[in-house]
Amino acid sequence: MSLERKIKLEAERDHEFADWMARKVGGEKLRHCLQCGLCSGTCPLSLYMDYTPRRLMYLAREGFKAEVLGSLSIWLCTSCYACAMGCPKQINTTEMMYALKRRAIEEKYYPKHFSVPVMAKQFARMVRQSGRITESWLMMRVLMRSSISSLFGMSRLGLRLFRSRRIGFLPEKIHRRGEIARMMDAVEAARKEFSV
Amino acid sequence: MKYAYYPGCSVNGAYGRGYDQSLRFTFGVLGVEFEELDDWNCCGATSYVSVDDLTSYALAARNLALAERDHRDIVAPCAACYLVLNKTRHYISDYPHIGHVVERALGEIGLSYTGQTQVRHPLDILLNEVGIQAIAQKVKKPLRGLQVAPYYGCQIVRPYATFDDQRKPTSMDKLLAACGAKVVNYPEKTECCGASQKGALSEVGLDRILRLLTSAHAQGAQVIATACPLCQFNLECYQEETGNGQPPITMPILFFTQLIALALGASAREIGLDRSIVPVKQVLASKEIAYA
Repeated sequence: MSLERKIKLEAERDHEFADWMARKVGGEKLRHCLQCGLCSGTCPLSLYMDYTPRRLMYLAREGFKAEVLGSLSIWLCTSCYACAMGCPKQINTTEMMYALKRRAIEEKYYPKHFSVPVMAKQFARMVRQSGRITESWLMMRVLMRSSISSLFGMSRLGLRLFRSRRIGFLPEKIHRRGEIARMMDAVEAARKEFSV
Repeated sequence: MKYAYYPGCSVNGAYGRGYDQSLRFTFGVLGVEFEELDDWNCCGATSYVSVDDLTSYALAARNLALAERDHRDIVAPCAACYLVLNKTRHYISDYPHIGHVVERALGEIGLSYTGQTQVRHPLDILLNEVGIQAIAQKVKKPLRGLQVAPYYGCQIVRPYATFDDQRKPTSMDKLLAACGAKVVNYPEKTECCGASQKGALSEVGLDRILRLLTSAHAQGAQVIATACPLCQFNLECYQEETGNGQPPITMPILFFTQLIALALGASAREIGLDRSIVPVKQVLASKEIAYA
């Protein structure tokens, strides 16, 4: 039997992480949180979460970085904005979840082959290449990188979609793809200049 | 005023084609002028912002700027596009650092965005620009009391819809009633459909889908009307899996514009009803609504 200390020491808190959270869009009032639990109560996915939104926000603002970034909750959020609309302190929990997803991807804090971050990364890649998403190809890219087996599980549904002419394989592209690339370069330059 | 139509990737693609076809038909009959936005790009949805926020705002802003160059407001039927484009409008003015970065990115390709172009949903335009009366007058094939559960989902009403209530929206209810449908009320009409969770964590996604279908069905719905391609996909395509040993709920899931277009006299084929996986014909026949 192994012992595990359940309480964090003051010195183990990651203040940089807590400050970073409070600086993010929507997190300006994170430190005003009353812990009322309205976010958790309205969240339709909270019943599956390891940390409910209320707990996650508290852990984040106190600097429990590993717990927060390693939590499944951030990948369960579907951006329905119920929490953000209900919050009596105008904390935009949905927007915080996006910030946490970005940081978890950056610092590789997610289960390998887990499809939500894989999807986010493949989605961004396809937009950079084509300017638009072709859903059939995106799904295949995601399933190949996360779960090959479910690719076969999906084949029955795929066939029904194909029969009802609801699936297309013609890749969608915008004409002026160069504009997307130039905008992205400009964003990178501006990011440095404004240090954001 | 002419609108810049922004279909977005899902409505433009094969999957949501019925939404595109029925919207074009409805706007055509009701005299709403629109033209597809030239060379529009993906709005970024909920995925791009999960990887890189600043780039996602620049991407969305390119569409706003393209519409503003033509002095047009955008009409965006997909819930995610509607939300992202509106959110970007707000963030550009609310957060100076986002505004600066977007300005630089747009400047690089000879565009700018001052905030004039607004982003509107077809529900808003049909209700507030066309009006219930004008629609009712154009109804040729009334829906004869077809029991329809309007499903709004999350991102149309939250957080940026100014045209309807965030928890108890009624815009779609009114439009469908004007077409002769009997609107079914149920408490889950603004709850999340599970978005892409069905693909990621199947039981979580299925739980969402099952709750919505069960509730609408229990209140007597024969059809669910949606205003988002992803909601439509989730509710229609996984019905087989919702049985859990029992016979599953089988109910057509249509875009609200398909129902309106049908009432305005469209044939089933020209608005993509023949593309449904769950057959629509029998339900319409039960109310003696012609499926032609």
